[in-house]
Amino acid sequence: MIFYLLRRIVYTIPIMIGVAFFCFLLVHISPGDPLVSILPPDASIELQKQLMKLYGFDRPWFEQFATWFWRALHGDLGTSIASGRPVAAEVMRAVGNTLMLACMATLIGFLFGGLFGFVAGYFRDSWVDRIASALSVLGVSVPHYWLGMVLVIIFSSWLMWLPATGAGPGGSGEWAWDWAHIQFMLLPAITMSVIPMGIIARTVRALVADILAQEFVVGLRAKGLTDLGIFMHVVKNAAPTALAVMGLQLGYLLGGSILVETVFSWPGTGLLLNSAIFQRDLPLLQGTILVLATFFVVLNLLVDVLQTTLDPRIQRS
Amino acid sequence: MNTTASLPLPQPRTKVEAIERSPGFWSGVLAKLMRDPVALGAGAVLLALIVMAIFANQLLPADPYATSMFKRLKPIGFEGYPLGADELGRDMLSRLMLGTRLSLFMGITPVLIAFVIGSAIGILAGYAGGLVNTLIMRTIDILYAFPSVLLAIALSGALGAGIGNALLSLTIVFIPQIARVAESVTTQVRGRDYVEAARASGAGPFTIVRVHVLGNVLGPIFVFATSLIAVSMILASGLSFLGLGVRPPEPEWGLMLNTLRTAIYSQPLVAALPGVMIFITSISFNLLSDSLRSAMDVKS
Repeated sequence: MIFYLLRRIVYTIPIMIGVAFFCFLLVHISPGDPLVSILPPDASIELQKQLMKLYGFDRPWFEQFATWFWRALHGDLGTSIASGRPVAAEVMRAVGNTLMLACMATLIGFLFGGLFGFVAGYFRDSWVDRIASALSVLGVSVPHYWLGMVLVIIFSSWLMWLPATGAGPGGSGEWAWDWAHIQFMLLPAITMSVIPMGIIARTVRALVADILAQEFVVGLRAKGLTDLGIFMHVVKNAAPTALAVMGLQLGYLLGGSILVETVFSWPGTGLLLNSAIFQRDLPLLQGTILVLATFFVVLNLLVDVLQTTLDPRIQRS
Repeated sequence: MNTTASLPLPQPRTKVEAIERSPGFWSGVLAKLMRDPVALGAGAVLLALIVMAIFANQLLPADPYATSMFKRLKPIGFEGYPLGADELGRDMLSRLMLGTRLSLFMGITPVLIAFVIGSAIGILAGYAGGLVNTLIMRTIDILYAFPSVLLAIALSGALGAGIGNALLSLTIVFIPQIARVAESVTTQVRGRDYVEAARASGAGPFTIVRVHVLGNVLGPIFVFATSLIAVSMILASGLSFLGLGVRPPEPEWGLMLNTLRTAIYSQPLVAALPGVMIFITSISFNLLSDSLRSAMDVKS
């Protein structure tokens, strides 16, 4: 197993270099001169050449990539064109907010999805099962940005229970775990939790139905074990896979929160990406995507490693 | 003595026809789908949407581009506006109907193109094996390392807004996913005895792929691709919702949702309508794909 883990970690390195290269390419596939946003419109050819040299655009692409990658490894993601501040600092501040929201959403999705899936798998083909299955199809089919709007209409506009947008008093800088702030998080977190809820419900249902059909459960029953005891066995067998799915879902939410964050003006990476795209702030776009993709790759690695260590049944070669 | 009379005669023609008439795989799948009420319902909804998209010009009750300063943001059921009017006083019903065309096109096209390219890449990698497989699949892994929403937004954000760029980005998002499935199915088929037998009998790689591999791998890849259409619909409309896809004044559900976002306090029901259309379409595609999967008995 040690060898498997080592190989898995080493295997991540080329993936990370590939991901970085893709982010590097993003600036080069975008139409127009990369300098167009900082050059004054009446700039002379002379000035343009000077700036090209300053930013290193006159070098061959692999040299540019190597320089950029080396700096990125040291935490230097360049300077935002729009704000003039370092990209790394901007991204790190936003990533915290996105991470908080994504964790909350995954937690909600896991609790309810796990519950639905468990009940559905336990009482297979009953009406509970049918409702749970319908809910999980709804969960993966709903356009979540629209669901966010509908929740705002219901809970903010009609019932006036929860605030519609933002991250609470003091903006993103003064977050605290009190009701004044948490109430701002509820609607976006519920909106985002719908997809993982559907997927986790589906997974857990299949797992539980599978485990209950196995011989050892019949054996336990024959031994006279109570329902509660059998329940504990089922949970123990289903947990590693369910947790792995949850970890992957957290990763998808980290990268996929941009639409929901836009609806709720949540000050995370989604909002940052949105403004980067519309101000054609390519270094900011590149940096945000690199950081989010890195989170996703590392999370995948962690999930794999945890699952291998938690689940003794997995024999990886 | 005439010996030929006792020789067995050729089989009567009718029997041969009986063998030819045995139902094929696809007609079996179709028969199963016709017996599935969920598949029939979802299929009927999608058929209605497709008819609406094709004959939109004949069916439209009003001009979807005609604006009116005095009819802005009218509620559902307003005189002459059965589903209300949008923020520029345009007829919502006509815009939703015409929007079917672009929304379906933007959702289905990327999956279709990715199905062709992804299958080709995956089958090549799976059949060739060895170094070719490693090179192709490790490159695919890099694109696979991005969550799909992030990849779509990164690409169309860098390329700039527009229908063509949005289609290109979504196609790039789906190619690795389809190629992965194609590769794993092809690798399984390649190891079967009949492929070995074909090779032993002297068939070239193209013949083997065309005759023995394609027929056995396209089914599972196709089922997987149909399950991506719902995702693609949501993503394509999502790009337009962010302002990265279709540009105004063309009607597209995601874009309509975006421009009506400011109206959720004054006309909430009208503002939510385009999302209902996206929801109905994506759920129909999901249900049909699930039914197809069980009818074809493909394991997920």
